[in-house]
Amino acid sequence: MGSPFGSRGPVRRLVTAAVALAATVGLATACGSGDDDSGGGGGGTADAKGVDDGATLTMWTRAATRPQSEALVKAYNAHHKNKVELTVVPTDDYQAKVGAAAGSKDLPDLFASDVVFVPNYTSSGLFADLTGRIDALPFADDLAQSHIKAGTYDGKKYVVPHTLDLSVLFYNKDLYRRAKLDPGKPPTTLAEWDQQARAVDKLGGGVSGTFFGGNCGGCGVFTWWPSIWAAGEDVLNKDGTEALLASDTAEKVYDTYRGWVQDDIVAPGARDETGVTWTGVFPKGKVGVMPMPSTTLGLMPKDLDLGVAPIPGPDGGKSTFVGGDAIGISATSDKTDQAWNFLAWSVGDEAQVDVVAAHKDVVARTDLASNKYSKADPRLVTINQLVADGRTPYALKFGQTFNDPNGPWLTLMRDAVFGDAAKVEKDNEAVTASLTD
Amino acid sequence: MQVKTPDRETVEPLVRTERRQRRLWHSRTLQGLGYATPTAVFVAVLFVLPLLLVGQMSLHDWPLLAGDQGANTPENYTDVTDSTLFWPAVRFTLLYTGIVTVVLLGLALLLALLVQESRPGTGFFRTVYFLPGALGLASASLLFWGMYSPTTGPLSRPLEELGLVDGPVSFLGTPTSALLSTVFLVVWKFAGFYMLILLVGLQRIPHELYEAARMDGAGRGQIFRSITLPLLRPSLALSLLLCVTGSLLAFDQFFVLTKGGPDNSTVTVVQLIYREAFQRLDLGTAAALSILVLAALLLLNALQFRGLRHADES
Repeated sequence: MGSPFGSRGPVRRLVTAAVALAATVGLATACGSGDDDSGGGGGGTADAKGVDDGATLTMWTRAATRPQSEALVKAYNAHHKNKVELTVVPTDDYQAKVGAAAGSKDLPDLFASDVVFVPNYTSSGLFADLTGRIDALPFADDLAQSHIKAGTYDGKKYVVPHTLDLSVLFYNKDLYRRAKLDPGKPPTTLAEWDQQARAVDKLGGGVSGTFFGGNCGGCGVFTWWPSIWAAGEDVLNKDGTEALLASDTAEKVYDTYRGWVQDDIVAPGARDETGVTWTGVFPKGKVGVMPMPSTTLGLMPKDLDLGVAPIPGPDGGKSTFVGGDAIGISATSDKTDQAWNFLAWSVGDEAQVDVVAAHKDVVARTDLASNKYSKADPRLVTINQLVADGRTPYALKFGQTFNDPNGPWLTLMRDAVFGDAAKVEKDNEAVTASLTD
Repeated sequence: MQVKTPDRETVEPLVRTERRQRRLWHSRTLQGLGYATPTAVFVAVLFVLPLLLVGQMSLHDWPLLAGDQGANTPENYTDVTDSTLFWPAVRFTLLYTGIVTVVLLGLALLLALLVQESRPGTGFFRTVYFLPGALGLASASLLFWGMYSPTTGPLSRPLEELGLVDGPVSFLGTPTSALLSTVFLVVWKFAGFYMLILLVGLQRIPHELYEAARMDGAGRGQIFRSITLPLLRPSLALSLLLCVTGSLLAFDQFFVLTKGGPDNSTVTVVQLIYREAFQRLDLGTAAALSILVLAALLLLNALQFRGLRHADES
């Protein structure tokens, strides 16, 4: 019973405390001298590109973004003296693993994180301050700003985007043709989306209009919120301490989904879908139009004729959830310059175009949205350009409020769409309470 | 030492034996200490120390990411009991424990009675009943999770085609079906294990008793009530204790199958501990809840022991 938390003995904690103390003192002195150095470029070339001197760097990432991380690490190791050793951790265990390692100061040199959990880590001091280094990048302003914002705490920048995962509409052009819809005209408003989904659903024979993860808080955040943002509204206040999820626009979005459930426009299993298999439904070719993660585009069956469109709001507009992973250097790493070498390279032109774009993934820089790979596939341009319209919500208590399967947001989602919609107002207060917990 | 008694020859050996015994006792003590030390160290490091640490954590504000932030007594405890999920979780854990204990032990007893006699084929059935117990609970839960899936699982389609149900079956979709589906998994997984415990108990009952009873003209039901059940009590007591404790600490099966859903209807107390520690990243409240669960278990076990001892005496 006690064992899950208590493997650290008092001796170990004493050592940990000593290390922590030493680190704090070190950090304080580093900050003191850092102010003088920033102008004169104390680290010389080290600050711009970091150091490539054959160091071995440890790095963690979660399984959800494994292919992207592996491709970057492989390409980096092939042409650098530094070697990055990547450890992939099961997605559901990642927060716990980082937390435990942070407690015992065992974090790796580099660790990526689902961008929504980044504020929790920056505010707890897990990442090293990279403000000067990031600002010195020639393309600093073109880095996906929603990730940079999520990684900014008290005016200091701690992370760069690592892999970008955007929510976009996928629609099945074959089913559109069969339903006498124009495959060149995906929905531009929520009402059009509703009409098109219902038209496809009429085909019958196991074909459904749309699908969503109805028992998965993370899915709701990722796929529902863009419709609210597209209307120019927000879902949280600026500090992430107050929920605005019972607004009229939000209710309009919930009502559309509720209608799909009531009229059975949704593929079977939506109500039970906990998020494990929600992306596996569309590739089977029996769903008309649904929001999907952009990272799955390269994994779709070759013979599936699918189109990509932005997620619209009730009366038009477009937005996306700029998710994925951001990456930083852990505050306890003693190889900051070498680790920065990897990070600076990973957001550079070569890595972004020849590794990220070549894998049909979203580039982390808006100035590379149109590149030689995206030219071959206009869907990629659509996705890449969306980065500028998208948002990444900011809240310190994000995970426990929105991703926790027993958290208040999932209750709101299910009341709004499956249960008693009158409770949404009250559920929204519970979300706010969790955010300020 | 001067021995003044006349018969030196009879006394000296006595003294020598005494010395030898003392030496023997000494070496036995050392030996005993030697044997006990590894276990004692093991228990101290892996049980006593963590327990003390959990006690300390439960009194302190202790976020997972930041570590000890100083005393927070008794807020950790009140925060836990004030949580909206706490009382429903307590109620659900008790309900689940009640259902599982009754169904599981009833079925285990039935199975044990079925394979009690050594006839041709009983070995096969004993193995078959016990087999699911050889699987890890998390793996078994994953297996069932796949089978229960309304879209990709193998159970829903045949039921549909037989016309028994209308549309895909949602085994985990409603509070009742989620609870029953989980109980089914647990019974499937553990019935063989408890059968084994009860089987050992059954085989300890002397055959002569049954023969004597039969000669006195007792019927099957009477024999079961007056001989089998009373003499099986120690095994039943052990099964009951294990089953109740295990069910109160249920976690894996719900974590994999339902994650506490749908609509927080299957959240157990241990899931709340996990949630405090790894979703809310608060070790202080997680430790407080652990201490509460520990106290409840101690109390319950004490009561159970007492009840069983009373039953033995009467």
